[in-house]
Amino acid sequence: MSDFSEELIRSKTEDDKEESCVFSGTGMSFPWLQKHIGTVETGGKKEKDFAQTTSACLGFIQEALLKHQWQQAADYMHSYFQILEDSDSHKRQAAPEIIWKLGSEILFYHPKSSVETFNTFADRMKNIGVMNYLKISLQHALYLLHHGMLEDANRNLSFHCTYIPHLLYPFIYEDDYAYNTASQNMFDHSWKTSVNLRALIQTPGVWDPFVKSYVEMLEFYGDQDGAREVLTNYAYDEKFPSNPNAHIYLYNFLKREKAPREKLISVLKILYQIVPSHKLMLEFHRLLRKSEKEDHHKLGLEVLFGVLDFAGCTKNITAWKYLAKYLRQTLMGNHLAWVQEEWKTRKNWWPSFHFSSFWAKSDWKEDKALACEKALVAGILLGKGCRYFRFISKQDDQVLRKKIKQIKKSVKKHSVVNPGL
Amino acid sequence: MTMPRTLAFCYLSLLWQRETITLSDLLRFVEEGHIPYINAFQHFPEEMKLYGRDKGIFAIESWPTYEDIYKKVIEIAKFLDLPRFPDITEDSYLHPNILCMKYLMEVNLPDEMNDLTCQVVKMTGIGEVDFLTFDPIAKMAKTVKYDVQAVAVIVVVLKLLFLLDDNLEWTLSNIAEKYNEKNKEDKPWFDFRKWYQVMKKSIDEKKQKWEEARAKYLWKSEKPLYHSSIDRAVVYKRREMVVSLQKQFSALVDSAPTVEKKSPSSFQFNWTEGDSARTCFHGHGLQGILKKKGQSLTTKNSLYWLSTQKFCRSYCKHVTTYEESNFSLSYQFIINLFSFLLRIKTSSLHEEVSLIEKILFKRKYGKTKKKSRSRKGRKY
Repeated sequence: MSDFSEELIRSKTEDDKEESCVFSGTGMSFPWLQKHIGTVETGGKKEKDFAQTTSACLGFIQEALLKHQWQQAADYMHSYFQILEDSDSHKRQAAPEIIWKLGSEILFYHPKSSVETFNTFADRMKNIGVMNYLKISLQHALYLLHHGMLEDANRNLSFHCTYIPHLLYPFIYEDDYAYNTASQNMFDHSWKTSVNLRALIQTPGVWDPFVKSYVEMLEFYGDQDGAREVLTNYAYDEKFPSNPNAHIYLYNFLKREKAPREKLISVLKILYQIVPSHKLMLEFHRLLRKSEKEDHHKLGLEVLFGVLDFAGCTKNITAWKYLAKYLRQTLMGNHLAWVQEEWKTRKNWWPSFHFSSFWAKSDWKEDKALACEKALVAGILLGKGCRYFRFISKQDDQVLRKKIKQIKKSVKKHSVVNPGL
Repeated sequence: MTMPRTLAFCYLSLLWQRETITLSDLLRFVEEGHIPYINAFQHFPEEMKLYGRDKGIFAIESWPTYEDIYKKVIEIAKFLDLPRFPDITEDSYLHPNILCMKYLMEVNLPDEMNDLTCQVVKMTGIGEVDFLTFDPIAKMAKTVKYDVQAVAVIVVVLKLLFLLDDNLEWTLSNIAEKYNEKNKEDKPWFDFRKWYQVMKKSIDEKKQKWEEARAKYLWKSEKPLYHSSIDRAVVYKRREMVVSLQKQFSALVDSAPTVEKKSPSSFQFNWTEGDSARTCFHGHGLQGILKKKGQSLTTKNSLYWLSTQKFCRSYCKHVTTYEESNFSLSYQFIINLFSFLLRIKTSSLHEEVSLIEKILFKRKYGKTKKKSRSRKGRKY
């Protein structure tokens, strides 16, 4: 802040130069640019005051909810409903869900609200769109359960049982945590509620978070039989939709119970059919390997090949280790036919999928141990002339020299491919 | 013709009549609902059916902004080929002297500052009849933003008195406070700090209420507008849904005594003497910040800083920008206060302040060709 008379002189001389508006220190500032950047989101149009109103209103509602000011929240909510008439179709379509979530929250806690009010609100909201109908029905049912009104809840749900499975899948996974905590709270409150929940679970559908919590509770109270029954029912009842998680829960439970191997195998067999690429498959393979039955051994080989069919498992060193070892074992056990059978369907595409020269170089760079295992498998299945095997065998690595030698020996001994042909 | 243009046209007629209403007042009345604008069509007679393209005109989703309406005022006047408007003389409400007085009262500043504002108006020549009167056919057809300009003059005066560098104004406040404590019987000296505290509280309250009102504003009317008969059913159904939901929730809200809709007033703040809760500074004296110099008084503060160092001459429509962080907090507060009062953007006000300074200092410099380091004093 200099003596302004100096400023006067300065400003006169500087005014003559043609310069754009620049402020010292902080660099260039273009407020008009900021405004344009802000409009990119709205497709180039400046945000209308209507939109400003609704977003400000939403902010106030959220603030009121955080502070537990139900009165105020209801007041702002009253104004927020106009978003259902927004000329912007995106906002209009997203509105019902937001309104439902906020509105139900307010009605849940507001002192003046009652079950009647909630019911009316839920019914009104359900009439906006099909997707919302089911989501809201479920949450409505939960609310009623919380108030101990089981019959109403049941009536609500059984009416929709045929729709629920397909449409609820994404919904349940998304709200998993919310339901977990919700169901947790319910259990803490009373046994009676849990009995009600049992009835709920018997309705066909996908109830993963419920089942998990319920079983946990049963185990806690020492009711192992009950837990087993619930899980078995959930997994095997044909009326229920095919759900891999059901089998996983059952398997984990039986593992905890230290059930006999036969039982575990039978459970995992079904999982194998549904999700052959699941990470539990390696455990399954181990179980099969240790079993005494021959069909199990054959299945074990099948399972391993099955796992490695999937792109997600190509770098799984355990899987390759198992395969390498198991191939040797199988061939030593004179079960060439098994290997040939598995290889028949794969020989057209496995070489380029797993054993191309690109993979050889890339695997060797990334993980030498993995590359060695794969080389062994490649050598056995494709013969020592295959690219992968040749590349690896040419590699000279101090640490793995011995291993590579072993691999060469095994391949020589066990290769499926007849060098003569 | 659209709603904003209609409003601009109304303003033109008010200007022609030299009514005691500024553009910012007009727009504020629209926002407060005293002038039908948002859902004006609700007041139309039954026989008038609106549909199709009428929707684009009448379904407004934004309040009118000062800059926009101002532009339209000039456009329409040019389009209609209007002649030079009736003169705005020193007696008219829109003359800066009068408007300055009005705004000084509104923001609770001492009446004595009026002399200073008149001085500045005189020195810059913005009180001249030719400058103030709107002449659409003139080469640079522009109508003066009467309200913004008056407020800008006040800002300049505040800068002259207090410098507003986050330092001097507080030092002067300390002096005033000391004096006031010792001399409780005399006319109190104006204390910037006290004024700041009172104003900040009041303006924050007002702003909060304003934001809440804006968030709760109901844009859609009872009679929804639709494009065609196909839309009609959908639009009506939506309205029905919204109304029923609103009804349900309004039952939950305490039927608090609804605030009576205030009648339109030009003043947003009212200060009265003797109100202990909200000090009124109108009668306070400026002795603490003025000092004698020969026969006249001059400001104790002899420094000044310009709001804009360089003016932009490129094609952008602005001559200057306003980057808040470059300025002192006191200056920011003052600008925010007045911008809120007039409901304009802070950058617009800042620009106007800069333009006034440009004239003020250029003129001053133009008179004294020699580099005489004369300090500017307000001579009484």
